[in-house]
Amino acid sequence: MITLTVNGTQHELDVEADMPLLWVLRDFLELTGTKFGCGVAQCGACTVQLDGEPIRSCVIPVAAAAGRQVTTIEGLSPDRSHPVQKAWIENDVAQCGYCQSGQIMAAAALIKAKPSPTDADIDEAMTNICRCGTYQPMRTAIKRAAELAREVS
Amino acid sequence: MNALSTGLSRRGFVKATLSAGGGLALGFHLPALAAADGPWAGAADGAEINAWLVIAADDTVTIRVAQSDMGQGVFTSMPMIVAEELECDWQHVRAEFASANRSLREDRVYQRMGTGGSNAVRISRPYLQQAGASARERLIAAAADEWGVAPETCHASASRVVHEPSGRSKRYGELAAAAAAVELEAEPAIRKPGEYKLLGTSVPKLDVPAKVDGSAVYGIDVRVPDMVYATVAACPVWEGRLSSVDAEPARKLRGVIDVLEFEDAVVVVADSFWRAKQGLDALDPQWDLGEHADASTEAFLERFRKALDDKGVVAKENGDAYDALEGAAKVVEADYSAPYLAHLALEPVNCTVHIQEDRVDVWTGSQNPESVLSVAAEVSGRPAEQVHVHSCFLGGGFGRRSRPDFVARAVAVAARVDRPVQVIWTREEDTRTGHYRPLAAFRFRAGLDAEGTPVALVNRSSTHSILAGLRPEAVADGLDQSSLSWLADSPYAIANLSVEHHLQRTHVPVWFWRAVGATQNAFAIESFIDELALAADMCPWQFRRQLLGSRPDMIPVLDAAAEQAGWDRSLPAGRGHGIALVEGFGSICAQVADVSVSRDGKVTVNRVVTALDCGNTVNPQTIEQQVQSSIVYGLSAALWGKVEINGGRARHGNFDRHRVLKMAEAPRMETHLVLAGGDKWGGVGEPAVPPVVPAVCNAIFAATGKRIRDLPLADQDLSWS
Ligand code: FES
Ligand code: FES
Repeated sequence: MITLTVNGTQHELDVEADMPLLWVLRDFLELTGTKFGCGVAQCGACTVQLDGEPIRSCVIPVAAAAGRQVTTIEGLSPDRSHPVQKAWIENDVAQCGYCQSGQIMAAAALIKAKPSPTDADIDEAMTNICRCGTYQPMRTAIKRAAELAREVS
Repeated sequence: MNALSTGLSRRGFVKATLSAGGGLALGFHLPALAAADGPWAGAADGAEINAWLVIAADDTVTIRVAQSDMGQGVFTSMPMIVAEELECDWQHVRAEFASANRSLREDRVYQRMGTGGSNAVRISRPYLQQAGASARERLIAAAADEWGVAPETCHASASRVVHEPSGRSKRYGELAAAAAAVELEAEPAIRKPGEYKLLGTSVPKLDVPAKVDGSAVYGIDVRVPDMVYATVAACPVWEGRLSSVDAEPARKLRGVIDVLEFEDAVVVVADSFWRAKQGLDALDPQWDLGEHADASTEAFLERFRKALDDKGVVAKENGDAYDALEGAAKVVEADYSAPYLAHLALEPVNCTVHIQEDRVDVWTGSQNPESVLSVAAEVSGRPAEQVHVHSCFLGGGFGRRSRPDFVARAVAVAARVDRPVQVIWTREEDTRTGHYRPLAAFRFRAGLDAEGTPVALVNRSSTHSILAGLRPEAVADGLDQSSLSWLADSPYAIANLSVEHHLQRTHVPVWFWRAVGATQNAFAIESFIDELALAADMCPWQFRRQLLGSRPDMIPVLDAAAEQAGWDRSLPAGRGHGIALVEGFGSICAQVADVSVSRDGKVTVNRVVTALDCGNTVNPQTIEQQVQSSIVYGLSAALWGKVEINGGRARHGNFDRHRVLKMAEAPRMETHLVLAGGDKWGGVGEPAVPPVVPAVCNAIFAATGKRIRDLPLADQDLSWS
């Protein structure tokens, strides 16, 4: 049995210790907001936060997440009110949207670590693939999200 | 306008809707999926005015979208077109995907459901405007009838019908049931460009909120009670077969339910995707690779190029190009090639199927729910009326999801599983068994007169035909027009022209890749035009300009790109501007790229300026997004894109070997709309893909003096000193 805390809820799971966290989230907890794009830590579609750090859940065995706080897109806010979500809506960022959960989780971690991210910070932290090419509005939205986050804090 | 109201009661209306809608809402219901924000057809509540729209008592208007949303924004632009005429408050509009099953049963009430060719707005606009206008007039008629006044004395505004003389007004929600029963004697006229209120304004996309909290449902997110998962390994060489497989190593693994053998593939079914994948990894299938096990891109290209030695089938001829070449003062000759390209949509292809006694349900993100429906009927052996396609959002399409091969496989799997099954392709399997942008080779021979004016061009290309696999009769003359885009229809005035083609076939399946033939062709011909400009000792912008005598409408677009980019600005060594012009999908697009190349050959695309004439606009913000999307897509292909065939198979399957553009590599992008207006409606999802590649290659030449004749750039030595 593995004890996993996702978005504040504790789950007891009878799954293999080496099953990647991504598939536990998607197939056992039905948290399908976290996406599968490559399975080999290349695309970032599966990005979630582990104790606040962005990680690629397709290559993290579930056992490595046990006893730690997993936050998925579903747990970022109850009502799309996280500054990154707000800024994303304001800038109409998503196209197909498939990469967006991962991008948003990475961006949320970035603005937490760097409340005023520079372009270079964004380039370094935002390495997730977007095949629809939403990079330019995403960059604008990250800066806006940082601004929104600074306003509330 | 005269209207006839039958004054049906609300109860009567419900009956009428059900018979018209064929019990759509009752037929099948999956509460878990019918979320308020969900895209599912049939989730709408209220009175159906026509197949396109439903109005609820609280004024919510649900507009059905027959095209697929793969990021290009039709989930918003199509409803905008209906709402333009409906005069409803946009805040009350929601969208859902239309039902392919209903379209089948009701004589194609949704007209056409395929999405491709950048034609959603271009083709649907008139009938969507009509649907909105007709609904508006019926709402007015219902109110007028109730008030006992002439409909002409009423008007619609912001989800209300108003009778100004008496000061009365009623909400759409109050009128919808009665309006649904109104029959108009004549259809109202629709608005023309210049009369629009909503069209042409930037509207936030309706699906963005659901895409920031993980609630948007893609095919891969469908969860049906009792569902199992499956994953596929097909013979790595196309047209090969499965000889044998020992299923035991998979069967003994936890969660594995079954191992299914197909003629050309093995499929593992399990209680979760990862367990299915573990099962597949445990197998050692033996393949009969067939007759193509030695094939390679290199050998194909050699064959394609060899064909260019001979005159091909003539696609277009003006004057006598061969004769004119003889007399030319200067002759320029060059060979180009373009590689196979995979689509690499971020969501790997997948499809969920449940076959029951009297119905087949299919959940997937597809560019064509109608072809999904017919393929599912064919493979399951069921009448088409029994097949229900539940359209999901698409995690990218780019043409890949217009081919229903993955649906056929999923239905074949479901036929052997007694439960709903979701078949998910791994990234590697999706890429390696994909259907690619065709490999192509080109040879151009041009002659210039003493003043540098091009007087002759022999333009030979050698590539696959996508249509040959779809409708062989369409290419009976050896020509596939989709393979010839921007070769046969190039606008540059060259008096003596021979456009010739060699149609090729290999065992590698080819398919529509965002912007199709123009992508490989524009790279070649727009680069060669720059070679001619150089030979004529002219600026590439002015050189193109002077050859556009027959297309004056292209000149302002070309000029806008050059001027906005600051074309004449001098740039340091190792940095250059490149320009290209392509018309496709009804739109004219010119781009200028500003590129730096380091001495050791590293390419940085600093900026891309686009000028686009798509005639008129629905949602300008979406147009800008589509242009950016096209640039990023085209740049990924130019920089790294290729599918290498070796040993008959695609060698690489994942993003580690198929690099694509990331945030740090994305250029600054600027879009300028240069709109012709009038009756012109051009597409926007694709036209900006073809020019960006030659614009970058031409910029590299300006920066380094190195002419790029083969792609991707990553394979070329671009170092300079
Ligand atoms: S799915 Fe995990 S990085 Fe791509
Ligand atoms: S929005 Fe489609 S992959 Fe990023």
